[in-house]
Amino acid sequence: MTWAPAFLTNPERFMAFSRWAAPVFGVIAVVLGAIGLWLGWSVPPDYQQGATVRIMFIHVPAAIICEVIYAFLAGASLLALVFRHTLADCAAQAAATLGAGFTFLALVTGAFWGRPMWGAWWVWDARLTSVLVLFLLYVAYLALRASMDDETKAARNAAILAMVGIVVLPVIHYSVTWWNSLHQGSTMLTKGALAPVYAWPLYTMLLAYLAAFGSLWLVRIRGEVWRRRAEAAALRAARA
Amino acid sequence: MPNFEVGKYAAYIWPAYAITAAVFGFLIVGALMHARRWRKRAEELSRK
Repeated sequence: MTWAPAFLTNPERFMAFSRWAAPVFGVIAVVLGAIGLWLGWSVPPDYQQGATVRIMFIHVPAAIICEVIYAFLAGASLLALVFRHTLADCAAQAAATLGAGFTFLALVTGAFWGRPMWGAWWVWDARLTSVLVLFLLYVAYLALRASMDDETKAARNAAILAMVGIVVLPVIHYSVTWWNSLHQGSTMLTKGALAPVYAWPLYTMLLAYLAAFGSLWLVRIRGEVWRRRAEAAALRAARA
Repeated sequence: MPNFEVGKYAAYIWPAYAITAAVFGFLIVGALMHARRWRKRAEELSRK
């Protein structure tokens, strides 16, 4: 058995780990976020984008992390479906709420950048549309889980949806190369595409977002574990 | 040093940052309240 499933099969070990890891990630997120914002507001305006370049420091990390979260959601769903690990199901459920939040941020901050730069809040561009599909997948996942009384059945159906939906990730990534997109190509993965003066605040903010997600994910999983324990205890009390 | 002068783009930059702060606040408060509520409930039921 690999480390990950062994770790996920043991809620006690997870609760002990997350009890200190969640606040540690939270502190790292606050420190990195403060440094990233300081650096981001200290750089000179871009020669083309002007001051709107500062939106990039909150938009790009949100756009990257909403894809990372979906990969975690699909991975946890696979573990929950194949190994029937309760903790993996808790992790998937916890990731969906956060993923929806970060995808919403990516779409909205992108719109606030697009209006002054493209002259439109929204265009039916391949990149924007595929990220909208990602947001709808998160919403559908949450709605599916909430719509069924049988939680086991809801979890199974939502896990299948999450795994099928993973096809949207390569579509988002390659949308700027497969189609003639208005959205610019990959900046972070293309050498020399981003001036070092903008790279530092961007990478710092990306790490801050990752740490924030790590902390919030652990707290949400803990909440889900407590919820299931409470419901199990209530059931036992009702039967007694 | 930070330069908060954004000129004609203020109507786009400040709302983008404000919405980001609001969503982060919502996610943080939501996660903490969810965990606290169910932890209390689980502890109450386990004592019975």
